[in-house]
Amino acid sequence: MSRVGAAIVLIAVVAALFGPAVSRFDPSAQELARRLDGPSATHWFGLDELGRDIFSRVLAGARISLMVGIVVVSISSFVGTVLGSIAGYFGGAIDETISRVIDILLAFPGLLLAIALVAVLGPSLTNVVLALSLIGWVGYARLVRGQVLRAREFEFVQAARALGADTTRILVQHVIPTALPAVTVQATLGMGGAILAEAALSFLGLGVQPPTPSWGTMLNGGRTHLLDAPHLTIFPGLAIAFLVLGFNFLGDGLRDALDPVTRRAASSGPRQ
Amino acid sequence: MLRFLARRVALTIPVLLGVATLVFSLIHLIPGDPAQAMLGESASPEDVAELRARLGLDRPLVEQYGRFLRGAVRGDLGRSLRTNEPVTAAIVERMPATIELAAAAMLVAVAFAIPLGIAAAVWRGTAVDHGATTLSLLGISIPNFWLGPLLAIIFSIELGWLPVSGRGTWAHLVLPAVSLGAALAAILARMTRATLLEELREQYVTAARARGASRVRAVVRHAFRNSLIPVITLIGLQFGAVLTGAVITETIFAWPGIGRLLIQSIGFRDYPLVQGCILLIAVTYVGMNLVTDLLYGLVDPRIRYE
Repeated sequence: MSRVGAAIVLIAVVAALFGPAVSRFDPSAQELARRLDGPSATHWFGLDELGRDIFSRVLAGARISLMVGIVVVSISSFVGTVLGSIAGYFGGAIDETISRVIDILLAFPGLLLAIALVAVLGPSLTNVVLALSLIGWVGYARLVRGQVLRAREFEFVQAARALGADTTRILVQHVIPTALPAVTVQATLGMGGAILAEAALSFLGLGVQPPTPSWGTMLNGGRTHLLDAPHLTIFPGLAIAFLVLGFNFLGDGLRDALDPVTRRAASSGPRQ
Repeated sequence: MLRFLARRVALTIPVLLGVATLVFSLIHLIPGDPAQAMLGESASPEDVAELRARLGLDRPLVEQYGRFLRGAVRGDLGRSLRTNEPVTAAIVERMPATIELAAAAMLVAVAFAIPLGIAAAVWRGTAVDHGATTLSLLGISIPNFWLGPLLAIIFSIELGWLPVSGRGTWAHLVLPAVSLGAALAAILARMTRATLLEELREQYVTAARARGASRVRAVVRHAFRNSLIPVITLIGLQFGAVLTGAVITETIFAWPGIGRLLIQSIGFRDYPLVQGCILLIAVTYVGMNLVTDLLYGLVDPRIRYE
């Protein structure tokens, strides 16, 4: 399964990197006379409400999706790892403060806070990344805090402390690496999550603004043409589902490979 | 149990205060003058000044905050800028529609997920298991803002079986409930399978099998009952995802609930109404988590003494 996931992600990366260069049509070129035309040999995915080639726009949309995913996951995992390890390692008032902030942010379900932030900051790609990162770090911080609380008691960490290593060195060299496998799994699944969230915000009209080709924006454009041109909805949605599925497969596979508990469970199930 | 209850409720108060503070600060995150932003660029300075006074934005921040908190506790969240209707009344009016949709979606999810999860665990490693696992991964990966329109294309436009949008009869409820419940069903099925497999390794299951209980009976009568606790917890915790999902589903199917109200208010820059919707959804979510925790403590005494 993780191989299938890796293959899907690879296809998306190649499409995002080289797709726009090799595709025959400019994603923003309009052919108004043939607007809403269905899929054909020339236009594989058909044309949208302004007569733009949907296949080229799906390829260009892969860039936006992957970019949002990479930036959001990088910022959130970095901030989350730093704050989580500080909270877990030092404990006391620092832990108390960070944990309370985490509790409050977790009191907002999923996308709601992102919707609220983008609603006041204004819809744009930058604000989407900002909003998703602001809520995204919490998951990593909670995860890393838990791992660090455990790692703090490991003998090699206590040995490093006894040898007089300074705190930053202990954290960076000894403690944080124990949390990295879990963070890697979370980041892979987080890529899928961030891509979905961006598409959702853009679908609601709160994310990437037209004419930039984002999958969510394309789906939003297709809403008024469900009756006469369902291909406007089918192809961008297929792209989102495909890529998110890829990251979920990959994340699940990585978890099984990196987490000793599930690895043991996978190899020694009940024999019936 | 009373002490557990009191402690758990007390822990919720600072979270609620934090939520209210965040919702209050939203209006101050608007770049530039919030009143100007709400009325638009062309508004006259007099109108802007009047709105600022009406919203209390000309008062010191601490006073504004105090007023917001006092109002929130009393259920007074100001008035809609567009309709001048009290925010609370507008929200209360839309609440039944959202509750109906959320409940139906959770029902759909449970009805699909539990049998699927059980089947996957019973026939572990077989085609049934692989099929169920793939189906649930698909369910997690397919966004509801795609599934919804897709279902509408198939069942409303092509087959003509169900209405495309609106609320009224049960037929209106089917597509929104299925598209909202699908992701939850996927997560629940995976969780049911995983906890069941965990339970199946326990000795009491081996004992039941040794006494001659069939595989299906061992799963359904013995292991499944014990795996229900984490599954029920998950349903409670996933309620938040259902609420946010409802924002999207209601927009797709023109379902007159709080989610649609929120998105419409954002479009009209009706910020008091936006704040009200966000606050209500977050508070409901915190409340549901509290109830889940309390129930958990009720059924599993170990939790109370942690």
